[in-house]
Amino acid sequence: MSPPTEPKLPAGWDLVVGLEVHVELDTATKLFCGCINRFGAEPNTNVCPTCLGLPGSLPVINERAVELAMILGRALGCQVNRSVMARKNYFYPDMPKDFQTTQYDQPTNSDGQLVLPDGFVVGIERAHIEEDTGKSVHVGRSGRINQAVYSLIDYNRAGVPLVEIVSKPDIRTIDQARNFVDELRAILVVTGVSDARMEEGSLRIDANVSVRPEGLAELRTRCEIKNINSLRSLGRAIAYEANRQIDLYEDGSAPQQQTRHWDENTSRTTPGRSKEDADDYRYFQEPDLVPLVPSPATIAAIDETMPQLPVARRAALVAATGADSVAARILVERAQDALALEAVAAGAEPNKVLKRLVNDLAVDDWSNLDATALAELIKMESAGALSASQAKQVLADLVESGGTPQTYVKRRGFEVVDTSELKSLLEQLVGDNPSEWKRFCAGDQVERKKMQGFFTGQIMKATRGKADGKMVAELLNNAALVG
Amino acid sequence: MTAADIAAAVRSGERSALEVVNEHLGMIEAQDLKVHAFNLVNAENARAEAAQIDARVAAGEPVGPLAGVPLATKDNLCTKDLPTTCSSKMLENYHPPYDATVVSLLRAAGAVSLGKTNLDEFAMGSSTEHSAFGPTRNPHDLSRVPGGSSGGSAASVAAGFTPIAVGSDTGGSIRQPAAFCGVVGMKPTYGAVSRYGLIAFASSLDQVGPLASNVADAAAVFDVIAGHDRRDTTSIQGFIPAAQAALNLGVDGLRVGVLQELSGGGGSVPGLAVDVLARTREAAEVLAAAGARVEEVSVPSCTLGLSAYYIVAPAEASSNLARYDGVRYGARVDAPTASEMTTATRTAGFGAEVKRRIMLGTYALSAGYYEAFYGKALKVRTMMLNDFARVYKDFDVLLTPTAPTTAFELGTRMTDPLTMYVNDVCTIPSNLTGHPAISVPFGLGDDNLPVGVQVLAPATHDTQTFRVAAVLEAAAQEARL
Repeated sequence: MSPPTEPKLPAGWDLVVGLEVHVELDTATKLFCGCINRFGAEPNTNVCPTCLGLPGSLPVINERAVELAMILGRALGCQVNRSVMARKNYFYPDMPKDFQTTQYDQPTNSDGQLVLPDGFVVGIERAHIEEDTGKSVHVGRSGRINQAVYSLIDYNRAGVPLVEIVSKPDIRTIDQARNFVDELRAILVVTGVSDARMEEGSLRIDANVSVRPEGLAELRTRCEIKNINSLRSLGRAIAYEANRQIDLYEDGSAPQQQTRHWDENTSRTTPGRSKEDADDYRYFQEPDLVPLVPSPATIAAIDETMPQLPVARRAALVAATGADSVAARILVERAQDALALEAVAAGAEPNKVLKRLVNDLAVDDWSNLDATALAELIKMESAGALSASQAKQVLADLVESGGTPQTYVKRRGFEVVDTSELKSLLEQLVGDNPSEWKRFCAGDQVERKKMQGFFTGQIMKATRGKADGKMVAELLNNAALVG
Repeated sequence: MTAADIAAAVRSGERSALEVVNEHLGMIEAQDLKVHAFNLVNAENARAEAAQIDARVAAGEPVGPLAGVPLATKDNLCTKDLPTTCSSKMLENYHPPYDATVVSLLRAAGAVSLGKTNLDEFAMGSSTEHSAFGPTRNPHDLSRVPGGSSGGSAASVAAGFTPIAVGSDTGGSIRQPAAFCGVVGMKPTYGAVSRYGLIAFASSLDQVGPLASNVADAAAVFDVIAGHDRRDTTSIQGFIPAAQAALNLGVDGLRVGVLQELSGGGGSVPGLAVDVLARTREAAEVLAAAGARVEEVSVPSCTLGLSAYYIVAPAEASSNLARYDGVRYGARVDAPTASEMTTATRTAGFGAEVKRRIMLGTYALSAGYYEAFYGKALKVRTMMLNDFARVYKDFDVLLTPTAPTTAFELGTRMTDPLTMYVNDVCTIPSNLTGHPAISVPFGLGDDNLPVGVQVLAPATHDTQTFRVAAVLEAAAQEARL
């Protein structure tokens, strides 16, 4: 997977980026009610008085959501605080209460950091808990609310628990921005906090972008870029926005602080609200909920049960298998690193293990495959008992139905005919077909090739295809040299 | 007949619940055109529920402590599939899909709700004149207001339509109308009664509580509705009400403070009527005569309560009422765009007082004003909590008037919101602190209208308020004889 071409900034300018990442927590139910938290259900089926904001309804916080938020906080090295929920007041049709219950001046997690795979450290300002809104589809004209002919609203997502991770403006390159999201996603998956699927909207990114003359320490006016739907868009949106700002400065003007929308079709950012008509959210403490006060014992328990984080898992995999960084990242992301480690520990050749897993195990469910079976398979492959394509097929069988590789090798008739058997078979064939053999040994290139095909075909016929083609070719050539 | 008498008679089979309900429905039919206590009378449901109770009695099955007792339910408590309007055009045709916890508890206890009572729109007001469906009148004098915002519930009890009612109290909305209508009204400790299904006005102040013709019936309702509800995070875990058990304890040895700032003593708030103050002093004397140790006590921050309240309550209201945007339920006035639709809906759907409070609250929370208004009001709240905590080291309960005056005439305060707001000066401190308080009728004013005195207690000491109110009630009844 080669990264998209890195857009270049003009010389003399530094990029300053901070990211705000919204992540849907992987809970069974919503943040304040018992409705199911699931993507893709029929619209408005997972709703109740509370997540519809009906009059008289009250929120009750989902303790698992708070726990997941704290787990993420600790994974990011944050301080976990006594926190309070707050109301962020603004009108929007897909927000049932016309306020969002979130955290403001007292977030659950603060002051952490995320270390990128290359060692670069990005500070984490905060990671706070909030509820998601519903989803609007504005039908007609521009697809934006005020030109819509009508709008459809699905409240299934309303009240889904989110954590918003706010980085410090420490990011200096587009690669770092992408690596930040990649690494965060790996942490979310490993800790079970979120499935972090950008394509399903369970991970969403806003980027705060500013530029400054190279070498200066000041922070200049930033623009917040919304509507970034993929890692690829993230890079392109940052690059576009940085260049736009640089152009303004170079023309003697300056950017205004504003929210801008990334438009995937035109590859541009366009202004949303500017600061003058920015909403005043009138934050205040949510009176329907009580402060969240984690006990030191709770935090200690989270630390004790914290799974090994991606950075450590990649390091362990590299140390034990000599994996390169791409393979290490892929296998840890897929949580196949433990399988690789066990197979290698059971004596399988590391290179082949990595190659098989990286290339042939990009599947959702591989629970049928155990490390012992994998190790056996790789050993057979290393010993030449299975060809690469046969090993692939047997691996697919193991993923499909479990068991041992021997079962499938037998079932598929992959038992290899060994060299001595092949040798005697060849001797017999030479004796039976002397003229053909002569043509093979003494013929020109074309003739030789033709006769190689003849003998290989005869051997395959006699072994019902079980002979290793490579081995047969080798035998034929060696025998020809001898005469 | 009191609620206790009715429940006993129904339980013993001496009277049928249906007969009791029909009798009260008859009174409503005959007199509520004048009083307008009810927004909705739900005769059919009430008769069906009464018949069910009778069937249980006949079958020898257990019935609840309020079996067959007619009840009036304030129209801001959600009732499943029945209109719940908050006396607002905004919710005129709104039918909630669920029952408030309090509604369920009362039904389970055998109480039979006859209907939904009028209130100031979204409980914002002190006279029930701010109802989109017309005012309620005071059964003692139809030219007077019943107080508010639970004016319909108080009037229902005062008129004898129902022996008991439930209301909500954000700044005095149970106690002040109870005082004006000559009935008992009690605001429980914040968190003692579930708010689930109570349509929010100001969430940190709102509390559901009982109104009744006498202290014992109010205590019986309190004992039914109070207790932890897992659907309300602010409800107190492990709270077990036992008001009825304390009714006959008397006040011997109890330490009673007459709160001077609200009782015409030193540093007192202005505007307290002479007759009301006189009744309060007499009440103090009654308690002293019954063995209580009565002293004047000062809580200076009390005088700041009114100002703090009129920041905090509108601020929370501005947020709580945002959801009435025309999108999902309730009124909708169509317009070309979504935001124009919401504006048109809110312009048409809300009355003047609701709009005034939304604007006040929005302003108080705005960037640049938050610290000067909302932030300062929160500090006053903390200061009051500290002041009361200090006083409650030396006192068990405090005594004040419930309202500055007796019931005033309809239409006399509608043009001047500030004089209307002053009505709440004695009741507001208990909402800001979350403490329990009861209003009990104690004699009459110079205009022969009821006067209420108020008993305040520290958080979770709800029982104490009933205990003291029972002594005052007995003395008031004796004096009348």
